[in-house]
Amino acid sequence: MSVVDRPIASPVSPEADSYPTHHFLNHSKGFLSWALTLDHKRIGLMYLVGVMASFALGGLFALMIRIHLWNFKDGWLSNQTYNQVFTLHGAIMVFLFIIPSVPAALGNFLLPIMLGTKDVAFPRLNLSSFYLWVTGLVLFLTALSVTGLDTGWTFYTPYSIETSQGGAVLAATFGVFVLGFSSIFTGLNFIVTINTMRPPGMTWFRMPLFLWAVYATSIIQVLATPVLGITVLLLSAERLLGIGIFDPKLNGDPVTFQHFFWFYSHPAVYIMILPAMGIISELMSVHCHKGIFGYRMIAYSSIAIALFGFLVWGHHMFTSGMADVTAVVFSALTFTVSIPSAIKVFNWLGTMYQGTVSLNTPMLYALAFIFLFTIGGLTGLPLGALSTDMHFHDTYFVVAHFHYVMMGGTLVAFLGGVFHWWPKMTGRMFNDKLGMVSAIIVFIGFNMTFLPQFVLGSRGMPRRYATYLPEFQPLHQLSTIGSLTLGAGLFLALVVLLLSLVNGKKAPRNPWGGATLEWMCSSPPPHDNFSSAPTVGDPYDFSDIEYDGRVGSYVKRS
Amino acid sequence: MNFILADKVQPYAWFPDGASSFVPQVDFLFTVIMWICVLFFVPIVIAMGYFMWAFRERPGYRGSPEALHNNLIEITWTVVPTIIVVWIFWEGAMGYLDMSRIPKGTIDVNVTAKKWQWAFKYDNGGEHEVAAVEGSVVKELPILVLPVDRDIKMIMRSDDVLHSFYIPAFRAKRDVVPGRYNYLWFHTTKEGTYDLFCTEYCGDNHSQMLAKVKVVSEAEYQKALAKAIQEPEDPLERGKLLYKRQGCSTCHNAGAEGASGPGPSYNGSWGKKVALENGSEVDFDENYVRESILNPQAKARKGYGKASPMNSYAGKLKDEQIDALITFIKSLENTAAAGK
Amino acid sequence: MTAIQETHSTTDHHHGDDHHHDHPSWLAHHFDDAEQQYDSGKLGMWLFLVTEVLFFSGMFCAYALYRNRNPEVFEFCSSFLNEKLGAINTGVLLFSSLTMAWAVRAAQLRQHQLLVGMLGATLGCAAIFLGVKSVEYSHKWELGLLPGKFYVAQLEGHHGPHKGYLEMLCAVPALITFLLAAYAVYAWATKSIFHQRVAGPLLTAGICFFGGVLLGQYLEAQEEASKSHGGHHEHHAMAQGHVDHDSHEHAAASDTHTHDHGAPAVPEVSPAVAMGGSPDVYVASEEVNTPKAEVNQRSMAGLFFSIYYCMTGVHAIHILGGMLVISWLIIKAAREEFHEQYFGPVDNVGLYWHLVDFIWIYLFPLLYLIT
Repeated sequence: MSVVDRPIASPVSPEADSYPTHHFLNHSKGFLSWALTLDHKRIGLMYLVGVMASFALGGLFALMIRIHLWNFKDGWLSNQTYNQVFTLHGAIMVFLFIIPSVPAALGNFLLPIMLGTKDVAFPRLNLSSFYLWVTGLVLFLTALSVTGLDTGWTFYTPYSIETSQGGAVLAATFGVFVLGFSSIFTGLNFIVTINTMRPPGMTWFRMPLFLWAVYATSIIQVLATPVLGITVLLLSAERLLGIGIFDPKLNGDPVTFQHFFWFYSHPAVYIMILPAMGIISELMSVHCHKGIFGYRMIAYSSIAIALFGFLVWGHHMFTSGMADVTAVVFSALTFTVSIPSAIKVFNWLGTMYQGTVSLNTPMLYALAFIFLFTIGGLTGLPLGALSTDMHFHDTYFVVAHFHYVMMGGTLVAFLGGVFHWWPKMTGRMFNDKLGMVSAIIVFIGFNMTFLPQFVLGSRGMPRRYATYLPEFQPLHQLSTIGSLTLGAGLFLALVVLLLSLVNGKKAPRNPWGGATLEWMCSSPPPHDNFSSAPTVGDPYDFSDIEYDGRVGSYVKRS
Repeated sequence: MNFILADKVQPYAWFPDGASSFVPQVDFLFTVIMWICVLFFVPIVIAMGYFMWAFRERPGYRGSPEALHNNLIEITWTVVPTIIVVWIFWEGAMGYLDMSRIPKGTIDVNVTAKKWQWAFKYDNGGEHEVAAVEGSVVKELPILVLPVDRDIKMIMRSDDVLHSFYIPAFRAKRDVVPGRYNYLWFHTTKEGTYDLFCTEYCGDNHSQMLAKVKVVSEAEYQKALAKAIQEPEDPLERGKLLYKRQGCSTCHNAGAEGASGPGPSYNGSWGKKVALENGSEVDFDENYVRESILNPQAKARKGYGKASPMNSYAGKLKDEQIDALITFIKSLENTAAAGK
Repeated sequence: MTAIQETHSTTDHHHGDDHHHDHPSWLAHHFDDAEQQYDSGKLGMWLFLVTEVLFFSGMFCAYALYRNRNPEVFEFCSSFLNEKLGAINTGVLLFSSLTMAWAVRAAQLRQHQLLVGMLGATLGCAAIFLGVKSVEYSHKWELGLLPGKFYVAQLEGHHGPHKGYLEMLCAVPALITFLLAAYAVYAWATKSIFHQRVAGPLLTAGICFFGGVLLGQYLEAQEEASKSHGGHHEHHAMAQGHVDHDSHEHAAASDTHTHDHGAPAVPEVSPAVAMGGSPDVYVASEEVNTPKAEVNQRSMAGLFFSIYYCMTGVHAIHILGGMLVISWLIIKAAREEFHEQYFGPVDNVGLYWHLVDFIWIYLFPLLYLIT
């Protein structure tokens, strides 16, 4: 089928093609044209809907947890139900939301366009990744509805071997296995695309930083996820065949399971945060209308984080009685990850310096990210230091720390990214004022939820407790109020996005003034992205991009 | 006696009161880290706010896109944090090595963790006491009595799944792993009563797997040791004690006491016919109680076949002790089943 | 990279109304040229192989950990594995690697007949491998050498009753071979060259499986015979002496247990599962034969067989997967789809096949040749 689109390299007459009549959304119609699509943009959008639905489900569980903890005892859930709820909250958020959120949803949509290619290297594999993800979702929902999964998202043995909820454990571990392969194939696809399909002129150091981040993420996905695959496979064999590798009753060792599990799951933390950092790099430079400060440092630090991330898994077992030397080495390695992360924060600040800062919804989310991620990163220090970790390990301090990183970091960046690229994906502008209100509510609600948890943790409140000592009640209640605020803010954000589809203005080609290739396409982009190879320039050269009031869009001065 | 931690600690303290020799190092390191964090965080936020204002988009202003790179600044903000984290690492590792090197001449306590109770056994073979706690989720908790100003070593093992032994006031924590012994030591510095938590998720009543640590003077400790090996003469009293001490109360309800699950209540069962999971019925009598203690899964009650399985007490209870428990359950013959 | 740029300058002219017209059917629309497509496929395959290696590495780690902890268990249990069968299978797989490499060459040179033949030979070797493996598995199951908690060898003795496991394992292949035979008859009846080219190699492979089974049975019987002469007591000693050990497994293992922390007397009998029974104990104790009593029980030997079945089982699943894609290649090759510009699929499946062989080359000495 031929596509009506002009090559973007040619001189642009903005009025004519700012609002295309033919684009990837209406390229073909019908359910099957979506279900069987090989177009990375449609797959990306389907992922986006999927991960947002999963997030809503996981968020609902989170609110159930917080409401239950309003009173120190006799909450509205039984202990057993509470355990199932926090398990599902964790498992859904980690495996179904955070890991696929940025790479699979935004990454799929943006990677080929930012890179200047027609599609990813293996479109069929890409679609099958999506269906693997759907299969994983179904298996998780099975675990949820048939019986309750109550092992915690970490599936620690021997509890996961002994628990009476056997069917649920099997369904969930198989779900994790399938989701793992979904993640591997996505990563593999991205690495190959970036390596072999860059158009002429797109050298490594002309790639937008988001692509560097996705590239680093993909490396982790490909190298770490198989180990999770074999671990959960052995765990299901443990349940089905009683192989005993992780079962102390059969001379197996439960701590070995923890090592296997965290060999994946710690790098997975960087699968979650690296692409978020990539988003922030894009957002900061575009909305400050200034090139990113220290491009190479940010690019290198992404790769450094990806590599160091593989060496630090042991800090999850500091209290398990590992040998002193091992603990000390893992502690030292853990601190190496903190440096590249710190560098990035400073570079983002440097980007603002002498820029032209537009305050809008994506920018507010980006600023919230820097604030929250800095707290999350700094509170990692007492957890990485061995002697203080003996006190904080498995307390609410850890809970607050990783929520600041994963939620305050990844989720907030994800939201910022969704707002930032929403006009590009849907062709509609959202209500910026309401969007900013949502960002402020999310920010306040988030801090109110998780700051008290630092105090709870330092005073000794252990995590995963369905009931607790009465003295912790005021802080828990503050946290619960915060979580409801947070929920309201997130709901508002969703409303803002959905409203834009109904009554949003048509989005121009380049509403924010970005210089990367996706802003050279129409909004929404045509089916094949580029009918001929685009001209690739410096992704952060804003000197010739100006606002043109006549078309309501930024244009490249020629 | 009042065991609520709130009475001992100022309600809004950042850390609970410290009572072991680890406290100074941990608290010092944490305080320093916290101030370092503040020193980083506050300038970052101020810079963010200032840049937001000073370089805001406004008519007639256009920022300069020049400042893209500055080697000196970039090297500085790489090297300075590196030096700081190296120090934090060193300090943390040294503190940890002190914690993991167990001194000679400790007082040993055997700790057994199982779902969902702690059991402590003193050197002399005596077992821990159980005492009532007001205002807590669990009405009665095991009490571990320890002497002040001594090195104590915990020899810990688990009967079933992973647990973790944690006393916030001592800043001490160690996982209890089935299939091996894990050790934890500390030096008590202050008399008082402190909370003990399980911090590794272990199932339904994980949050009720609590205990109290009572640090007392040497004389009182000796008294407690002597008392620990006694059991009352009266079978009913003895049964009541065993009900708590052996951890029956963590799963079974008796009178108004004990957890309401996952095990069946003792109330009002004696002498009746009870339905079993396999469909048959059995007399709830001495033999049934005895068998259920020694081989709990043999005749699981209806509706409890899928509950978390109870461990066998074979070899853990003497015949007289089982007799005492039977006497105790018998005494609940006419108690109405409370709650569930 | 330069090649890609060159082709770009040529394709640049074709934008607009019909940019597909310079794309042959074998070149996906989003690739610029054959080279880019080939490079992408190759890099993708290598990355996939990396994930495969990491997938297996989990089990190799488990192997290393438990062998390090209980070396005597591994030495003892390894004696149940038939080295001859393992060696035959190693040879078969090595040969199949050769035929696979030859197939790639044939694809590049448009030698379509030879390509189908070589792919067929590879498939046949894979079938022989699985046939031999079936004999090994069924033989062990009959002895009760099962994984983990199902390990019952110490109860049933060496010559357990024949339970027909082999027949069970052969049922599905027999059905498939039967269907393939029917297909072959159809192919020859209709005189379709394409169907004949497909049916021939597939049916041969099906028959090869049973060839492998016969070979395996013959060698296994030979081994039995030599055992009942020479190493008779080796197996029987354990088979008889252990019925009574079952009841107090824990006690049996406790004396081999020394604590890695050098703990003062621990008041209760340590569980058999205690960690870190340091290997030096066994090296010091004069012979590995002595602790067999403790070794041949569920909590010890069971673990070895768990690892054995996991590793060889996952490997066998990979062989099965390889057979599926090779069959797919045979169909494509029968249609004469491959040529010097388009042989990526053969090349990539070849890479995968070499990796599967390669893993076996590690498994064989690690599991079979310990003693």
